[in-house]
Amino acid sequence: MDLSNYIYLSVILFTIGAIGVVVRRNAIVVFMCIELMLNAANLAFVTFARINGNLDGQVASFFTMVVAACEVVVGLAIIVTIYRSRRSASVDDASLLKR
Amino acid sequence: MSIVTTLELLPLLGAVLLAVIPKSNAELAKRVALATSLVTLAVAGVMAYKFQIHDSAMQFVQSNKWIASFGINYAVGIDGIALVLILMAVVLVPVVILAGWHESENGKWSAKVFYILILVLETMMVGVFAATDVFLFYVIFEAMLIPVYFLIGGYGRGERAAAAMKFLLYSLFGGLLMLAAIIGIYVIAGNQIGHTFDLAQLSTLTIDSSTQNFLFLGFFIAFAIKAPLWPLHTWLPTAAKSATPGTSILLLGVLDKVGTYGMIRFCIALFPEAAKTFTPLIIVLALISILYGAFLAIGQKEINGLIAFTSISHFGFITLGIFAMTSQGLSGATLYMVNHGFSTGALFLAAGWMVSRRKSSNIEDFGGLQRVTPVLAWTFFLAGMSALALPGLSSFVSEFLVLVGTFTRYPIAAIFGTTGIVLAALYVLIVIQKSLHGPTTPGNEDLKDLNLREKISVAPVIALLVIFGFFPKPLLDAINPASQTVMTHAGVTDPAPKAGK
Amino acid sequence: MTTSSHLVYLIALPLISAALLLLLGRKTDKWGHILATLVSASAFGIGVSEFFAMQGRTGDARAATQKIFSWISVGTFKVDASLLLDQLSICFVLLITGVGTLIHIYSIAYMSHDHDRRRFFAYLNLFIAAMLLLVLGDSYLNLYVGWEGVGLASYLLIGFWNQKPAYATAAKKAFVANRVGDVGLSLAIMIAFAQFGTVTFAGVKAGAPHASTAALTAIGAMLLLAAAGKSAQFPLQSWLGDAMAGPTPVSALIHAATMVTAGVYLITRSNFIFDGSSTARLMVVIVGGITLIFGALIGTAKDDIKKALAASTMSQIGYMILASGLGPVGYAIAIMHLLTHGFFKAGMFLGAGSVMHGMDDEVNMRRYGGIGKLMPITFATFGLGYLAIIGVPPFAGFYSKDKIIELAFNAGGTKGIILGGATLLGAAITAFYMTRLIVMTFTGAKRWDEKAHPHESPILMWLPMAVLAVGSVATGFLFNSGNSLVNWLAPVLNSRNEVGGEELMKPIVVSALALLAVIIGVGIAVGMYRKEVPVVAPEKVSVFTRIVRKDLMQDAFNEAVLMRPGQKLTEGLVKTDYFAIDGLVRLVAGIFASTSTALRKIQNGYVRSYALIMVGGALALIATIWVVTL
Repeated sequence: MDLSNYIYLSVILFTIGAIGVVVRRNAIVVFMCIELMLNAANLAFVTFARINGNLDGQVASFFTMVVAACEVVVGLAIIVTIYRSRRSASVDDASLLKR
Repeated sequence: MSIVTTLELLPLLGAVLLAVIPKSNAELAKRVALATSLVTLAVAGVMAYKFQIHDSAMQFVQSNKWIASFGINYAVGIDGIALVLILMAVVLVPVVILAGWHESENGKWSAKVFYILILVLETMMVGVFAATDVFLFYVIFEAMLIPVYFLIGGYGRGERAAAAMKFLLYSLFGGLLMLAAIIGIYVIAGNQIGHTFDLAQLSTLTIDSSTQNFLFLGFFIAFAIKAPLWPLHTWLPTAAKSATPGTSILLLGVLDKVGTYGMIRFCIALFPEAAKTFTPLIIVLALISILYGAFLAIGQKEINGLIAFTSISHFGFITLGIFAMTSQGLSGATLYMVNHGFSTGALFLAAGWMVSRRKSSNIEDFGGLQRVTPVLAWTFFLAGMSALALPGLSSFVSEFLVLVGTFTRYPIAAIFGTTGIVLAALYVLIVIQKSLHGPTTPGNEDLKDLNLREKISVAPVIALLVIFGFFPKPLLDAINPASQTVMTHAGVTDPAPKAGK
Repeated sequence: MTTSSHLVYLIALPLISAALLLLLGRKTDKWGHILATLVSASAFGIGVSEFFAMQGRTGDARAATQKIFSWISVGTFKVDASLLLDQLSICFVLLITGVGTLIHIYSIAYMSHDHDRRRFFAYLNLFIAAMLLLVLGDSYLNLYVGWEGVGLASYLLIGFWNQKPAYATAAKKAFVANRVGDVGLSLAIMIAFAQFGTVTFAGVKAGAPHASTAALTAIGAMLLLAAAGKSAQFPLQSWLGDAMAGPTPVSALIHAATMVTAGVYLITRSNFIFDGSSTARLMVVIVGGITLIFGALIGTAKDDIKKALAASTMSQIGYMILASGLGPVGYAIAIMHLLTHGFFKAGMFLGAGSVMHGMDDEVNMRRYGGIGKLMPITFATFGLGYLAIIGVPPFAGFYSKDKIIELAFNAGGTKGIILGGATLLGAAITAFYMTRLIVMTFTGAKRWDEKAHPHESPILMWLPMAVLAVGSVATGFLFNSGNSLVNWLAPVLNSRNEVGGEELMKPIVVSALALLAVIIGVGIAVGMYRKEVPVVAPEKVSVFTRIVRKDLMQDAFNEAVLMRPGQKLTEGLVKTDYFAIDGLVRLVAGIFASTSTALRKIQNGYVRSYALIMVGGALALIATIWVVTL
């Protein structure tokens, strides 16, 4: 099978994720879209590793997974805390840093 | 380890000690700070005693690798010019601490932080005059802004935050130009003798004249802002009006001297040709500073602003002396830096006490103080006499040396400069008349005279003004060989007397 | 040259005493005045013993020097703190300490009711020390220290009662006018150093013959400016009248006998400069001539007894300056007039103080009248001083002033006639205003308040007056007999015995003319003021009188030409600083601030818009790379 199809899939997934981040308000959904973008990147890494025939991309994708895991922990904690204090999971309500 | 390094580390050690003292014990913090500064003074005394007065080379040198890949060293050493300036700085610090015992109480932060900042600043003041590595000098030159920024912004009066910001931005702008020039000379050194920031090696470079002019300007503008020279002076009155008296003394008395010191040490030593090219321009600027500062001082309604503008006038004299490039001019300018530190110090102390007692800094609010607070009035009077360079006080010696040194090379400039002494008499006597003479202004009847602590703190400064007025020889003996070295390096000699025997 | 080891005590004693009295403060209130007087007297003692020691030596050995320490040494600019006591300076030392001691004694009584008497004596001692340094310094720079030192003492003493704003202003005015003169002295020293590489009197004297005339003229002009400031000569004369705000003993010592004559000392001391430049001498003569008439005219319209005497001082110093501009022998004649003037003017000022003391500090002569009978000793001593100043033979002023008039006539040609005429006219006016003063004060009907009780002053006050009166009688004869003073000063001043020049008139004719002028002046004054004197100055007077009453518009001139434009300039510069220079800085800051305010709107706090911008940025970046690599 042509490996470039994996790249196309990765691009499609990344675009869906990016659009999701920009248009959706719910923090959980935004968060999931970010995960989608990370995984799209992972897919690209792995595919390129396969194309080049070495393990560099695989290693990089492991890094990404670790980062993503940490991010989930910290990010979810923040979202939950915000939800508790403001009774809302909308990212537009959390614009406190503006001033 | 060189004694200079010891001198740098001592105040830092005191600052660390202060950091572990509980915040609530302000009294202990003050005592530790005072003790530290006195020990530093004693060590500086030992250093002065060991200093070989007839040796024109750098003394107490020390050089350690710092960032080897760029050729940056921790390199220190002092000659006569640096010695007298360091001595002035370490004399002023305990005076400031003792005189402003309650200065730290109206600040944003605790007293302890105030004294940590002062002591850190003292370390840097010693370091900046002792640095013989251009990069080290630059780092300290910029780092000094930090404690001063917090001292003005955190402990000052009125619009202190704005004043601190103005000071910081002005200085950073100058520092940026200097950094560019430093990188420039580093690159040139890399092409000629290998990568180094060593001042002595850099001054042996041969640089073509247009490059030299640009690099000179980079340094000079930074120093002219620091000094400050007209028209780059407007940060100074703002800062002086907002800073506490102690901060003002360190700022005008010591930090601003880095500007004029830098002109001698870097502008002239590194770029002698460019210095000659720009001399006419700089002399004009210096003369404008002298007269402009004096006129503005006459026009001030606020006592700290007045002192700030007198200083601008005095910095004009110092710059004039430096660029006259005669031994009298150079030595006189260096002596002027020391004397101005003490003279302005005394003025700020007396004015600070007047302001804190009267709760106002408007000159109009004082009046008749000579009969209410005689000792305070005498202090202010003597400091004022020193500001107008009365013979018998030390500032006369330096002012006259600057003028006579300028006259032998640039008579017209000296004539203009000399008219400054009439304006000096005016600005000092007007403020003395308004604040000390006349009937006692309502509201001043119950002002308290100086207490023992205040008397003890100002007495050494006044004593030094008188002693160096009659006996400036020790200072001049230390300065002369160093200024001779500068002149030799720049390739100039004193003009010979015109009427041959 | 003889080296001496105790010249320094002349200065050190009063200086230490002044420092003690000021530093110890009120603790010394009880004995401060006694210490100060004793110190001054012992300085006089040292002066007298030095004088006799000097007479015991001959030739060059007469001058004594003492190097105290090395003061300033930078490159070739070397100045030692060292003293020189020669034939010229010993005259001044004796005058300063002698008259000074008498005035100390007088002040003990005069200031006895003043709360701050100790401070007064401290200032007096400070003055004595500075004035001695002025005349003893062996270089121009040492002289300068004393020069400003006496200026400081004068400032402090004029403003002794500075709780009165007018007095504080008078003190400031004196200091500033003196500072203008000091610019001259500073520049003279600088030119001298640039020319000769030294600033000692001996060094400059040795170099002067080799210097160009232009250089000597420049130095001379600057020295003249300095002298004009210190000695209240035209155009810097306006401070002296106001300086009478100080206590009367101060007016006697500083503003009559010693400090104001320092300008004459400076010019005579610099004879080697003026000898080399006829232009400089001419300038000196012009300034002296203008001032002697100027001061005399002001004196005719003053009702304040002290200000009348001050105007007279100005005029008499004009005579001295004039004389010192008239060549070698002129220097010595100037010094002679300076010394005799020191006696009679100090005596008259003390007399005026005595009158004020008895009259509740009233200074307006229109409120006096007939005091002579009530204060006989004051009248007698004042009268002797009066005879001396108007130049009646054989009193002191006759000898010294006649010589000046003679010298002026002998200047030759038109110059001689103008100068001689001016000095004669001055003598007539002097006789007029002094007679007016004495008639209004001591004779006629009493015009004072019922509250005032004029009485003779205590012995501590009249004794010094009596001593000075004796001096007013005897010194002229003493100095003139066998040309003793001129001969004594000859080695320093390079002066010869005879008056010299082309003799226009025989000395006896000059004396006769001068006497005639005096008689005319006295006659007019007696005629005008013997009758009733109105208590309030008449309003309906000629324009000329009005101008004279306003001191010939000197203050109006200074105000219009210097003060007002200066104030305008200051105000303008303050505005320039705020609006132009700092305005530019604030403008730059403002541009940055407003730009960032505009840019801040992008930071709206919405995560999604940040994400959109990031995506947009990333796309733009990719597009750019794509375009570039294409």
